[in-house]
Amino acid sequence: MADARRLLAAALLALAAVVPARAADAPASAASAATIKFEAPAAHLTAADPAIEARMLEITGELRCLVCQNQTIADSHADLAVDLRQQVREMLQKGQTPDQVRAYMTARYGDFVLYRPPLNGSTAVLWLAPAVLLAVALVALALVIRRRSQLPDDQFEPDPVLDDDPRSGTPA
Amino acid sequence: MKVLKFLIPLTVFAVLVGFFAKGLYLDPREVPSPLIGKPAPEFALTRLDQPEQTIRRADMLGKVWMLNVWASWCEACRDEHPFLVDFAKLKALPIYGLDYKDQREPAQGWLAERGNPYDASLFDANGRVGIDFGVYGVPETFIIDKQGVIRYKKIGALTPEVLRDTVLPLVRKLNG
Repeated sequence: MADARRLLAAALLALAAVVPARAADAPASAASAATIKFEAPAAHLTAADPAIEARMLEITGELRCLVCQNQTIADSHADLAVDLRQQVREMLQKGQTPDQVRAYMTARYGDFVLYRPPLNGSTAVLWLAPAVLLAVALVALALVIRRRSQLPDDQFEPDPVLDDDPRSGTPA
Repeated sequence: MKVLKFLIPLTVFAVLVGFFAKGLYLDPREVPSPLIGKPAPEFALTRLDQPEQTIRRADMLGKVWMLNVWASWCEACRDEHPFLVDFAKLKALPIYGLDYKDQREPAQGWLAERGNPYDASLFDANGRVGIDFGVYGVPETFIIDKQGVIRYKKIGALTPEVLRDTVLPLVRKLNG
């Protein structure tokens, strides 16, 4: 019994020695990234002024987070998004406009960060394609309807006779 | 007319397949940087190993240099690091590190353990300089020319192929 207990204690000791060593070794990236994030003072996590916080969220809600690309900077928990939200808070506190914030972001990350990209040469197809496709579809529809309306009746297949149609006269 | 009816959908389909096929080989993480061809942002950061010494953008003018963004917490940097250590031996250009959102002690330990390819590492504890350089996925590498203009950016780990086939020829060209 005493032997078993001693063995257990030794095993636990060995584990205690190995676990922190492992933590310091392989997953150090995740561990230290997390430490850095949580070291930020709590006061930085939201702006003191709720109006600034609301405007910050409104602006960052239309900016793409580059780390997790299908999230907005407002939504993302990525380290970079946390930093960028803080950056936007500070810019708004200094009285900068949403346009200045967007210019700051596009100067660094390109139009890619904007969920509403501006209309220019390289985005013209993106903006105009839906309207063009709709116009093509409407023209095609009009042509088909006009052609079919001019066809004589015998060009169409007769309507199928349904078994339960009372007009068909055949008893079910 | 009969042929058209058959050809139009086929053409549309072929074009779509072409777009999708191309899309399969694009890396969505590689966002073209708007900073290429623009002056590098201003910075003034302390050296990782000498906190009392500050390096500024202006100090770097007049030489073609590499800025390699790294951190001791960054997984991909471990893969890249041996290539950079080898590349540094060529002494093709000064290599400066940007130690991004890191702490001095683990960062210095990381370099001591894996080798230090850098002429110096700039210590960017809060990541503000990283943001000014549009950094979003460590490691990233910039080549900056004598006038302080960013000429090249690599997102993600450098490989021996990129260093040999892209970086070296560019450095030779910029050094004229």
